[in-house]
Amino acid sequence: MSSARLEVIERNCKGCSICVEFCPKNVLEMDMFLVKVARPEDCIKCMQCELLCPDFAIKVHDA
Amino acid sequence: MSYDYEKSIRPGKLPHIWCPGCGHGIVMKGLIRAMDTCGLDRTNTAIVSGIGCASRLPGYLDACTLHTAHGRAAAFATGVKMAKPSMNVIVCGGDGDGTAIGGNHFIHACRRNIDMTYVVMNNFIYGMTGGQFSPCTPTGAKASTTPYGNPDPVFDISKLAIGAGATFVARTTAAHPREIDKLITMGIKHKGMAIIEVLDDCPTTYGRRNKFRSVVDMMKHLKANAVPAVAAAKMTAEQLQGKFLTGVLFQEERPEYTAQYAEVIKRAQGA
Repeated sequence: MSSARLEVIERNCKGCSICVEFCPKNVLEMDMFLVKVARPEDCIKCMQCELLCPDFAIKVHDA
Repeated sequence: MSYDYEKSIRPGKLPHIWCPGCGHGIVMKGLIRAMDTCGLDRTNTAIVSGIGCASRLPGYLDACTLHTAHGRAAAFATGVKMAKPSMNVIVCGGDGDGTAIGGNHFIHACRRNIDMTYVVMNNFIYGMTGGQFSPCTPTGAKASTTPYGNPDPVFDISKLAIGAGATFVARTTAAHPREIDKLITMGIKHKGMAIIEVLDDCPTTYGRRNKFRSVVDMMKHLKANAVPAVAAAKMTAEQLQGKFLTGVLFQEERPEYTAQYAEVIKRAQGA
């Protein structure tokens, strides 16, 4: 599977941590109330983070 | 791969005003996807809302939007649709706006079966005004005006809509994002009044008073207690205690109001 590139738009992120909790592969982490992409190589592009982000702050791109 | 939401949002409007973790943002994304799926022309789509957190939604969308008086969204939307029946009309609002202050407008819009899609974001509370209990606050739940628990029985928005005569009624939750846009798409395509109830989370004024330690707890609660209507048919009343049914709950074909009214105009002019 081709790898993914995750983009966090920090200006929009309010740090609710929904994406971190609902990521099935534990790709994301919280870092000082903002989301950090910790393990992008594990991403399976299920899009849960992008669909569940209420703040339009995370995007999953094809690498 | 990633979805281009920005093309449907007015420039410079993000970040939005909703609290961290508020489900209204998830519903807005679903609405944008549904509008794109239906290929709605944004210059011919009216998005109408009343007052409240959920009613802030049209302000962000790049379409013909109307932010009106508290609870009166359905009345204004009826006016828009009657003046220009070719226009697509979508109404957004919360549970308090739709069923308490605007309860009368809500049931009569349902009764008329006028062709519009009403997305009710039910977050169980009045969020913007400070967490007062709404008709949808669960019995026993705490709100700023019911610190010892809410004694009132709950309004079931979907049953109310079915009883009042809406011809498409569906329910989903903010924890089911794919289902949100699927149901709103079906609602937009349906000729007649479509009510889409989206159970939502309000971490700021509801969650923290009712033992939900975080936004994630509320989302997990929504996810765990949603039962598809098809599966619920095989379950006992005991198993369904505390659960809510999701999916399409009711659908029928009935004459649509603007078409009926056009007939009246024709008769009047012929006489």
